[in-house]
Amino acid sequence: MKQFDYVRPGTITEAVAAAAQPGAVYLAAGTNLLDLMKGGVSRPDRLVDVTHLEGLDQIETLADGSLRIGALVRNADLAHDADFARSYPAVAEALLSGASAQLRNAATVGGNLLQRTRCAYFYDTASRCNKREPGSGCDASDGENRGHAVLGWSESCIATHPSDFCVPLVALDAIVEIEGRTGRREIALDELHRLPGDAPERESVLEPGDLIVAVRLPPAARGFAAHARYLKVRERTSYAFAVVSAAAALRIENGRIAEARLALGGVAAKPWRARAAEDVLRNVAPTADAFQEAAWRALADAKPSGDNAFKIELARRIVVRALLLAAAGTPARLPALPASPFASTSGAIHA
Amino acid sequence: MPELNLTSAPAHLRHGSNIGQPLTRRDGVLKVTGRATYAADNHPPGMLFAAMAVSSIARGRVVSLDVAAAKRHPGVVDVMTPDHKPALAIDPDIKTNPFVFRMEVLQSSEVRYANQPIAVVIAETLEAATEGAALLAPRYEVLPALVGLDAGESYVPPVVGVGNPAEHHHGDVEAGLASAEKQIEAVYETPPQYHNAMEPHAIVASWDGDHLSVDMPTQGLMLSLARIAELFGITHDKIHIRSPFLGGGFGSKGLMAGPPTLGIMAAKLVGRPVKLVLRREQMYGPVGHRAPTRQRLRLGADGEGRLTALDHHARTVSSTFDDFYEPAADASHTLYAAPAIRTSHDAVRVNTGTPLFMRAPGEATGSIALESAIDEVAWACGMDPLAFRLKNYAEVEPISGKPFSSKALRACYEKGATRFGWAKRPLQPRQMRDDAGLLVGWGMGTATFPALMFQAEARAAIRRDGSGVMEIGAHDMGQGAWTALAQIAADAVGLDVDRVEFKAGTSDLPDAGIAGGSAHTATAGAAIHSAGAAVIARLADLATTDERSPLFGAGNAGVIARDGRLIRRDDESRSESYAEILARAGVAEIEARGTGAPNPAAMEEYAMHAHGAVFAEVKVDPELGQVRVTRMVGAFAAGRIVNPRMVQSQLFGGMIWGLSFALHEEAITDRRSGRIMNANLGEYHIPVNADVPPLDVITVEEHDPHVNALGIKGVGEIGITGSAGAVANAVWHATGVRVRRFPIRIEELLTQL
Repeated sequence: MKQFDYVRPGTITEAVAAAAQPGAVYLAAGTNLLDLMKGGVSRPDRLVDVTHLEGLDQIETLADGSLRIGALVRNADLAHDADFARSYPAVAEALLSGASAQLRNAATVGGNLLQRTRCAYFYDTASRCNKREPGSGCDASDGENRGHAVLGWSESCIATHPSDFCVPLVALDAIVEIEGRTGRREIALDELHRLPGDAPERESVLEPGDLIVAVRLPPAARGFAAHARYLKVRERTSYAFAVVSAAAALRIENGRIAEARLALGGVAAKPWRARAAEDVLRNVAPTADAFQEAAWRALADAKPSGDNAFKIELARRIVVRALLLAAAGTPARLPALPASPFASTSGAIHA
Repeated sequence: MPELNLTSAPAHLRHGSNIGQPLTRRDGVLKVTGRATYAADNHPPGMLFAAMAVSSIARGRVVSLDVAAAKRHPGVVDVMTPDHKPALAIDPDIKTNPFVFRMEVLQSSEVRYANQPIAVVIAETLEAATEGAALLAPRYEVLPALVGLDAGESYVPPVVGVGNPAEHHHGDVEAGLASAEKQIEAVYETPPQYHNAMEPHAIVASWDGDHLSVDMPTQGLMLSLARIAELFGITHDKIHIRSPFLGGGFGSKGLMAGPPTLGIMAAKLVGRPVKLVLRREQMYGPVGHRAPTRQRLRLGADGEGRLTALDHHARTVSSTFDDFYEPAADASHTLYAAPAIRTSHDAVRVNTGTPLFMRAPGEATGSIALESAIDEVAWACGMDPLAFRLKNYAEVEPISGKPFSSKALRACYEKGATRFGWAKRPLQPRQMRDDAGLLVGWGMGTATFPALMFQAEARAAIRRDGSGVMEIGAHDMGQGAWTALAQIAADAVGLDVDRVEFKAGTSDLPDAGIAGGSAHTATAGAAIHSAGAAVIARLADLATTDERSPLFGAGNAGVIARDGRLIRRDDESRSESYAEILARAGVAEIEARGTGAPNPAAMEEYAMHAHGAVFAEVKVDPELGQVRVTRMVGAFAAGRIVNPRMVQSQLFGGMIWGLSFALHEEAITDRRSGRIMNANLGEYHIPVNADVPPLDVITVEEHDPHVNALGIKGVGEIGITGSAGAVANAVWHATGVRVRRFPIRIEELLTQL
């Protein structure tokens, strides 16, 4: 494979300086990056290994009730943290529905946010891809694209963001803490990922050298713990990306929805917050009709980018189902098959 | 195999004969402790690493390769290209026998499919070889790729599968359809599938003068040896192939393919040992696959649900440069009695690596279509699918009219249905729901696979210490040959399994035939059985003709071999141990050879097949269209069962392949470029554990005196047949939606639920 420099900075400041150089990328668990390098999709000149940086692997509750998750916390460790799973059940469920047990043991919180699309044309270096090679064209748009985006896509790119974890996070107004050349700043997760527009190669608002150091869930995120679910339709029960997924979280007071949160996965180049749908659910009874209305609102702007019109209908239905499940209440125990429509099936014996 | 110590496992307890005992894998301890040496684990001194560069276009020509850039890369030793390669002794495109397929070994700059090898970079490290291959940066002259089942003019292939006629006629199909009370016509599509063995194709090749040493997983040691010999112009005795373990083959490692040949060429070019291991995506091209099919079935039935006609046509593809045709329609030859049966095939040529045998070639693809169609016609007749199948039970093989050598299919239906609870199945679809509101459906399919045999030879010996030796170049692909064949060997020489040194997996041993066609246990087992009998007969000669022996005068027929002793049949108090017989005779070792082969007279007289019945339950989410199999029961009759544990595993595996066929597996080909877009195990879906429900396998005893001396039929492939159709039929029964394109996808169900 291509020769590259490997550096292991001792401090965050050194890391940022090292990664700000052209051709440098951060390496955490490498569950995505190393595959991309082996396939010649990414050919960095320098890997900046951040896995040894101190203080980035903590889960801490802050004085104001926020939860701060260090960027190097492993996906599995976070999901299996009992306090975390109790307070943010949809996030734990999403984490456990992602990838495979082995990958979850390695993958980090920060890395999950910045994983690349699974568009086959992005991975196939013989194909044209505006994301991989700006201006070269998009072979997905007239290709095998049943899994591609139905929201927020552009003529130049129809890829989706594949994360499960990000979907409930964006619904819960997660905040991303970033250390950059000009110091520390924070942005809403919803603003981290960019829609493709005419520059699909720019997937996030991060600048060279920017390092995600933590993800924070604001105090209000705990308010949804009693009614929060993540649901994921996939083509096999584990180790498969979502065809479509949805995170639904409700705050129910006196039989009415005081506040709803809804986000979709697998439909766009970013985790898709459905605010218009949330709005119609404010202060109404949690009924199937209301959820149908919300589902129509959530997908109002959807249009197929290829052979994927079914994803729009599927997304509507999964929104309704996720909301119904959320309204019914978070299960006392995480389902044996997290995020699966079959989780409640008797006889489901697999974890 | 001096490096193998298969008796390191705890000694097996034996109760009576070895055959029939559920011994655990004798190679199991080696494997779970990482001491089983697979081909790519070998590192002879001075070894270099080779990496293939493969074509990213499906059709055209390589115009240039930047060999200089690759050679400049540190560690790169040489770059093998069409202009720089060792000469072969014969043109690799000449088909010297029907089991020779054309391969790409850098004959020219022409490109015939995506992922075709176009150069090999040889380097001191794998990393350097890989980067060298990337630096070749090929430029191409690109021609439009031929892709898909409608890529061009269709034609009728001369033969399908292995030498089967492309068309069969029996009775008047059109008249049968015209007279039918109920008719169905339906078109089913199956996708390209790839073997995806866990172990990629790999070779470590070392030349010493004109002697060649090869570590390579193969399902066919002697076929590979013969192919290497003719390609490199050396005699068989100068080639040594070691293949003690395969990490799966499924048909893709049966015949010598291009990539391992390139490994041998590379070793010759650089004069050092070379290792070449395919990357996962490189297995989607030069090492075979299951071709896609489009099958049209027309069935007619009379007022009582008897088939009046069965017409099965299959369209498939082959490569532009060679011929292999998935014999899908042939699945309709044996299962159901009909006065008129027609099977036919046609094909188009596409830019693909040549399709090849993949677990149950023809039977798997044909079975899912036939079993779906049988379900459709049963429904048209208002009949229970099992009742319909019993009504059309073939008492003799339908087209040939031959009686079956044995056929316990009725018992399979009965036992499977009882275990599954089939009697409670509502006739109408979409009648059952579980507590959670999920749709529940039950479906079934009949399984069938021919009982084949090839040619094999074995050498047996009894040593002075009373222990035995059995030598045969057999292949353990994970199916358990190290164990099951050793059990046959132990019985053949009348010893406990741990007292027989069972040697297999190398090319210097007698030819075991190919491990394919579900025929390996039968073929190799017959040779072992015959060699064992022969050596015991020689030992008996020594004893019964020696007046110092208690067996003197007993005659060959008068002794039996048991527990290391020859015993007078009519007086078991008179016996002598093997060691005593050989010691007195002053012989260090006594040996004999035996052969296994199909019996042409029996084949002329009988149709020979294994059978089974598979029952599946699925649950379908009524809004989301997601399907999950929740229960499967398979009952199989496959002659004598040598090792029930291995057989159960084989049948489990086959049923999982069937589930995978119905719901998961598909290679996605870009219709413009001809490239496979999901050539990795992340995106080419096979089931994970959580997709596989509790499986229940019943084996139905069958005594078959005709198939071979041991009565073995083989279980390697039958499990996939029947199972795929059972799942598909269960999806229909759950939903009322008949999906005819496989794998069944969410979008097909979503809009119709």
